[in-house]
This record gives sequence, C-alpha cells and structure tokens, in this order.
Amino acid sequence: MSGKYEAVIGLEVHAQLQTLSKLFCGDSTTFGAEPNTHVSAITLGHPGTLPKTNKLAIEYAIKMGIACNCEIELHNYFARKNYFYPDLPKGYQISQHTTPICKNGYITITTSVEEKNILLNRIHLEEDAGKSIHDIYEDATCVDLNRAGTPLIEIVTEPCLQNSDEAYQYLTELRKLVRWIEICDGNMEEGSLRCDANISIRLKGEKKLGTRVEVKNLNSIRNVKKAIDFEIERMINVVESGGTITQQTKSFDTATDTTFAIRDKEEANDYRYFADPDLAPFHLTENFIQQIQSSLPALPQQLIKSLQEKYLLSEYDAKQLCDDKVTVNYFFATASENKNYKAIANWLIGPIKQYLNDEGTSFENIFLQPKILAALIQIIDEGKINFSVAATKLLPVLMKENIEPLVLAESLNLIQVSNVADIDIWVNEVITAMPDKVAEYKKGKKGLIGLFVGEVKKRSKGKADPKLVTTLLEEKLK
Amino acid sequence: MFSFTSIKNYHQFLAANTNGCVATVNNYLNIIKQKQHLNAFLEVFETDALQQAMLLDEKRKQGKPLGKLHGVIVAIKDVLCYKGHKVSAASKILENYTAVYNATAIEKLLKEDAIIIGRNNCDEFAMGSSNENSAYGVVKNALNENLVPGGSSGGSAVAVQAGMCMVSLGSDTGGSVRQPADFCGIVGLKPTYGRISRYGLIAYASSFDQIGIFANNVEDVALVLETIAGADEFDSTVSQQSIEEYSNLNTPSNKKYKIAYFKEMLEHDALDSEIKNSIQQYIQQLKNDGHEVEAVDFDLLKYIVPTYYVLTTAEASSNLSRFDGIKYGYRSTPTNNNLTDLYKNTRSKGFGKEVQRRIMLGTFVLSAGYYDAYFTKAQQVRNILYTKTKEIFKTFDAVIAPTVPSTAFPIGSASNNPVEMFLADIYTVYANLVGIPGISIPLFKHSNGMPFGLQVMANHFNELTLLSLSKNMMELK
Repeated sequence: MSGKYEAVIGLEVHAQLQTLSKLFCGDSTTFGAEPNTHVSAITLGHPGTLPKTNKLAIEYAIKMGIACNCEIELHNYFARKNYFYPDLPKGYQISQHTTPICKNGYITITTSVEEKNILLNRIHLEEDAGKSIHDIYEDATCVDLNRAGTPLIEIVTEPCLQNSDEAYQYLTELRKLVRWIEICDGNMEEGSLRCDANISIRLKGEKKLGTRVEVKNLNSIRNVKKAIDFEIERMINVVESGGTITQQTKSFDTATDTTFAIRDKEEANDYRYFADPDLAPFHLTENFIQQIQSSLPALPQQLIKSLQEKYLLSEYDAKQLCDDKVTVNYFFATASENKNYKAIANWLIGPIKQYLNDEGTSFENIFLQPKILAALIQIIDEGKINFSVAATKLLPVLMKENIEPLVLAESLNLIQVSNVADIDIWVNEVITAMPDKVAEYKKGKKGLIGLFVGEVKKRSKGKADPKLVTTLLEEKLK
Repeated sequence: MFSFTSIKNYHQFLAANTNGCVATVNNYLNIIKQKQHLNAFLEVFETDALQQAMLLDEKRKQGKPLGKLHGVIVAIKDVLCYKGHKVSAASKILENYTAVYNATAIEKLLKEDAIIIGRNNCDEFAMGSSNENSAYGVVKNALNENLVPGGSSGGSAVAVQAGMCMVSLGSDTGGSVRQPADFCGIVGLKPTYGRISRYGLIAYASSFDQIGIFANNVEDVALVLETIAGADEFDSTVSQQSIEEYSNLNTPSNKKYKIAYFKEMLEHDALDSEIKNSIQQYIQQLKNDGHEVEAVDFDLLKYIVPTYYVLTTAEASSNLSRFDGIKYGYRSTPTNNNLTDLYKNTRSKGFGKEVQRRIMLGTFVLSAGYYDAYFTKAQQVRNILYTKTKEIFKTFDAVIAPTVPSTAFPIGSASNNPVEMFLADIYTVYANLVGIPGISIPLFKHSNGMPFGLQVMANHFNELTLLSLSKNMMELK
C-alpha cells in the first residue's frame, strides 16, 4: 500500500448454525439435497403459517458470543427485514435489529507483526434465504429454497482491520472458533461460512472514514484477501488520479481476481424493520447463559496458555496443537499416558500430521490410539528403538493396525542394540573396511564421523543405538 | 324435519336419529342452495360434508365415543386453511389456491366431529367492514338484502343468520366478527388475543388477528371456543394458559357484576341517537337489576382508530409480501421480461383496491423518515391503552359499549369514503389493540327494523366471565 493512505476494513461473516432443523420450523438443514425437497409449508411461506423458534440455534449464538467475549442480551426479539426477492419466500427475512443477541466482544489474532484484538460490534441471529441459480437457463433463474430458513449468525466487526493480512488471520481464527465450539462446519465452499467485506481508504492520520465499498459473498478466505488487496489498490489509484470513490456493492470475480459493481448506493433498500409480531420476544436468564458457558469446551486461547504453562511447550507448538480441537484433545489423551509432552507434540505436529496429510485425511479419522502413541514414545525413551526408525518403519504400520509398538518392533527385528560388545564388532568392521577415510579423519577431517556412524547403522540394519556408536567410534579413532 | 335451536338440542335429536347427520347435512345443503343469492358461501364442500356425516352416523351406530361438536354444521371464513380445499382470502391473488395443511382450529373442529360445510365470503384479506371488498362479490344481509351484512366476516355472519349452518368461524382484527354479528342480529365473539392458535389463519395483522365465533346463542359460542382454544406448538404467540370449561355456564342469573362503560363512547358524535338511547336505558335496567354500572373516563378514544390503522396496515404490508406470484397463487405475466414487472403486475392485478390502499399505508408508516412519527408513536399509544385497560379491570368485571355506531347500511353507500368506513370501527378496535375478549350480543332492535348489539368486553383470558354475563344478559332480555 502506498505510504500516504491507510485502509479501514470491516467484515460481516454469516455462519450457518449446524442445527438439524431450520430456525423457525422442523425442515432439515442438510446440505446438498435435491432442490426444493426440504421445504414445508412454513419454509415456503404458505398463507397462515407461523414461525416457531429453534431453541438450539439461540444456544449456539450464545456460545459464539461467550467464545468471543461478548455481552449477551437478555431481552431479545426478532425483527422483520422487508424486501422482495424470489429466494425470500415470505417477502421478509426474520432477523434481529436493535437487540442483537451478542454485543461488543473481540477475537484475538496473531499477525506477522503483532497480537491484536479484532473488535466485534455484534452477533445476531437470522434466517438464511434460499438460493437463486442464474446459470442453468439463459432466460430464467432457478430458485432452490432448501436453504431458506437455515439458522445463521451474522458476526460483524467494527471497522478496525487495517489490511488483508489481518482479515485473513481474523477469518482463520473465526473459522477455527466456530468449528471448535461445534456450531458451524466452517465450510466456505458450501457456503456455511460467507464473508462480506466493507473497505475504505483514507489519508493516514485522517479521523473520518472514507466512502466504502462492500464486496459481497466471498467464498474463501483467500478470496477475501485478494478482494481487499484489489479494492485498496483500485481506490488509491482512483484517489491519486483525482477521482472520488463511489459507494457501491460489489462482487468478486474469481476468474480475474477483480471486483465488479452489482449496485450503487442510490438503489439501497429501506428494509422497514419492525418486531415480528408472529414471534413473542424471548428472554434469557443469567442462569441459562451460565449453563451454556459451562457446557463450552476450553477455548484455543486458554489452551495455548495452559500448554505453555502446564505442559511447558513452546508457543509455536502450543499454537500448532490448538489448530483444531481434535488435535489438542489427542494431545491431552496421550499426555495422560506419557509425560514426555514435548515428544508427544513433536510426533503430532511432525510425522503423524505429515502422514495424515499424505493420506489426505485428518486427525478426526485417525486410527492410532493415544495409548499406542504413548507406548511408542516410551520405547524410544527407553532406548529400545530410535526415533527415525520409529517414524519411518513403525508409524506407517501403527497408523493402520492395532498392535503394541514393542511387539511390532520385535517382530520387525528393529529393537535397538545397546550392547557395547555387539556394537563394537560393527565399529571394528567399519574401521577396518575404510582405512583411507580413517586416515583423513585422524588428520582432522572430523566431519567424517557421520559417514562412519552411517556405515555402522547400515551394517546393524538401523538397530545400533546411534549415541553409543558415536561414542565408541570417537574413542577408537582418537 | 329438525329445526336447529342449539347444539345441545341438536345432539338430543341425533341420539334418536340413526341417519341424523346425513339428513341434517342434506337439509343445510338445500338451504344454502335456496339462499345462494346472498353470496355468503364461496364454495360448498358438499361431498366432503356428506361423507363426514355418514362416518359420524356410523360412529353413533357403533356406540363409539362422540366428539364435543359431533355432527355440528360449521362454515368457515375463507381465511382458514382446510387441507385439500381451496382458500382464497376472497382475493384474486389466491384464486385456485388449495390449502396444503389444516389450520389448528380446523384440526380441532374435525377432531371433535364437526362437519365443515363450506367456506364463507368475506372482505379481501379480512380488510373491510361491509364485505364489499371481496373479489367475489358483495354479501347481502338476509334481513334486508339491500343492506350490507358487515365485515370483514360478512359471509360467516350471514351463514348463521340465514340458517345455512349452525355455527361459523370468522376472524376479528378490529371488529370483523363483532360488527357483522351486530348487523345481522347474532352472537359474535372475539376471544382474547392468543386464546386460539392463529396457525392456518391467513394473516392480516398478526398482533391483532384472532379467530372468532358466530352462533345464535352464547352456549354454542362457548362450546366451540372450548373446542378450538388452547396451546399449539405451531403458534408461539398462543397462550399456554389452560382452557376453562367455557360451556359450563351455570352462573346464577342473579349474580351481580361490576360493569364499566366509557362516557366518551356513548357521547360520541358518530353514534346513532337511537342506539345511544337504547344503551343508556339498558344501563339503567342493569342498575335496577342490582349490577354496579359506572361511567369511566376514556380520553384516549380519539386516538384508537388512527393507532389501529397505523399498526395493522404496517403489519399487513409485511404479512402480504409473500403474495408475489413466485411460489403459489396468481401470477401476472410480466410485460417486460423482468422481475420488478412481475411483482408489480401480479400485485396490482391480484390485490383489490382496499388491500392495496392498506399495503401502501403500512409501507409508508414504516418508511425511514416517517417511522417514528407514525409507527413508533402508535406503539406508544397502544402501550398506554394497555396500561389503562389493566387498571380498569382491577375494579370492573366487564366493560360495555355499543358494537357499531349505526345499524347495517345500504350496499354501496360508504364504499367511496374509506376514512368514514375506518371511523365506524371506533368501538371494536379497542379490544384488538389491547388484546381483551369482546362479544356482540343481539339485544336490540332499531326502529328502522334492523337489529343491533351490545358489546361486552372482559379482562384478558376471562372468557368465562364474559360468556356467563352475556348469557345472563341474553336471558334477561
């Protein structure tokens, strides 16, 4: 970004709550069903139908509020947001207006430069619209109302983000959080998580906000980043060449990584919000909120801290483990069997993660039991097998078969030899076999020790304890 | 042939007649046919009604337990969804629309063995006071066919008035049951808001709408209320309060009540002087009979009609947005191939004039820049009215008032003056604004030959008092 300007960005994220049924009726919320199959009379807005609130959705919204350090509103009502569109069956969306269920709060992000709290303005509950599909027929739009009525929370930040990197980090954290507390699957491609970005620029030091542009329905975190970068550059160019920014609603073209206008401000709707008279206001008690709070799992921020303080892991390891809840829970399960926490972290972040990635799967589907991993680490620590053999030879088997690591190592004849007499034989063989190299070593080319260790390893088929080998070699070559 | 006086009496007849239901349905089908010109029915469910009657006769033969409304011939206003049957809200926009589910009230009627004989004409989307706003023609008052039956539930009122059914259901948003009951000389009840589930009642104004009941006597109204009232998982605004045994109206006729009336209502300029005199005399009679009757100040009277129209039209403008030609009902082919035209043409052609007027008015009062001056202000007035009402019922059992300022007026005489028509709702909208139950009972007859009623109102969910008092009043007369 040109040094003269700074960007001001606010994000609105819609997260579909993973309740089984819709926000105001019993229709299924399953993604991917045949079009218009999850559409009861209520979803279709048939005359005489009335909404009935799904209590679980309210609980989920409160969970998110607590996880984001928000104040929870005790006295809530739903409001109607009135506008016409074919994928909006009732001609209004049931949403919240003056009393969002959660207010204020923040989500902490870590950028390359700092740790920062992204301030939230509000989180409110609303129902999703259906889907308009414009690209099946040239001269007609198809409407699928399966999605209509699916519960959403809209999470709105203050205009407090400064660049696309912060937006990227914020969305990554937010997605992690909704998955962590299990209220949304966070799948942006399927539209379970959607982001609108409000972007403006101003001269550095200026207090007033510039004219903003809203880029709608961004369907990946990367696209949010690209759209923001594109808009900031475009706006700077406009201003630098003497132009003014027009307030617009835009869409992002993934083919060209550019944005294009879909409507100007003059066409802005007056939504005529008012309290939905079909739904009684809903009041929450402190006790109810407390219950929800105590049902929440420990959150990543808390766990990262406790992994550093109680398990003495590095910040990096702690954060890696807290990438998702399954991994960190796996860590805890293993840690209850084996106290070598650092080793557990290394295995999880290193070879196990690598293996899962290579197999195209994740911790959610891991076969290896925590107690097997604990046992594996134990035999390494006992010197029965070395780490690299364990990682390359044992792990691939243990990821598929339920077998004691020690039994497996024995059956594969991989138990480390720590007996000086046995190792001595291999060491002597190697020294005898490589007289030239031994001479060079003795002249000072100490780096050759690696070569000798490697040779011993080969002859022992990897079973010789490398520490012991090194010690013996060094003694004999003095 | 059996001549209907009350459900109790009818049930005695059925006990002695094995084919009583079928015979009765045939009898009513005949009457409906004879009085077709009154235009009270938009459709008669002849086949279904006869089939249900046969089943019920069979049920009695087999000695099975019988429902509370066993064999009772019920007509329903064309705003109630009866699965598999057309329902149009007397609007072109729902022409040929078939209900895909049962309204909760209909479900309860059927469960208690009622026979639904047909759907009644009404003002389009229940908006009107004369039944002249129906897309399917006016309904005539059976006592004088040049006069309106009242509205919006005009067809349902005439169906009972002219003996085309035993009882009927209407809906009352601002007087749409009580006012036609008054004009037709029958009993019309609007229960407490939330007493009967609104699920399946096509909405006009959600926070005012309530299903109402027409009958020839208070006992029948009570029995139907007892059948269709109560909690419903499909309506989150319906009350969870248990249903009292409304049909058990054994209050001694000499029970004394504390009754209030609003001075401003009786002294209002618009009130026909003969109606005023009759009610004043009646108040005197009540006092003579030992009731305590007191005048109460009600200086908010002039605000209630504007408040009512601001709030109901606001809600209606949103409630009626779903009729857009996209999912069901009437669709006008757009002249240009664009969406806005489709909406405009569909809604301009599909909705009648009065409905369009109210949608426009409601949209206006909710618009940015006018919202606070109209909508917010009206809500504030509604709150003040509510507080005032709660205060009154701390002291009084009931409030009495005229139901309508005049008797039934000639067809076509007021339809060009919507504001005048609005103002005629002055006595009925109050109960809807504050949610209390109200009933119109046919106590009086005007020198012009037409009947008119007394309106009685009671505290929220105090239908038992309301009905007991009304029954005593009917018997006193």
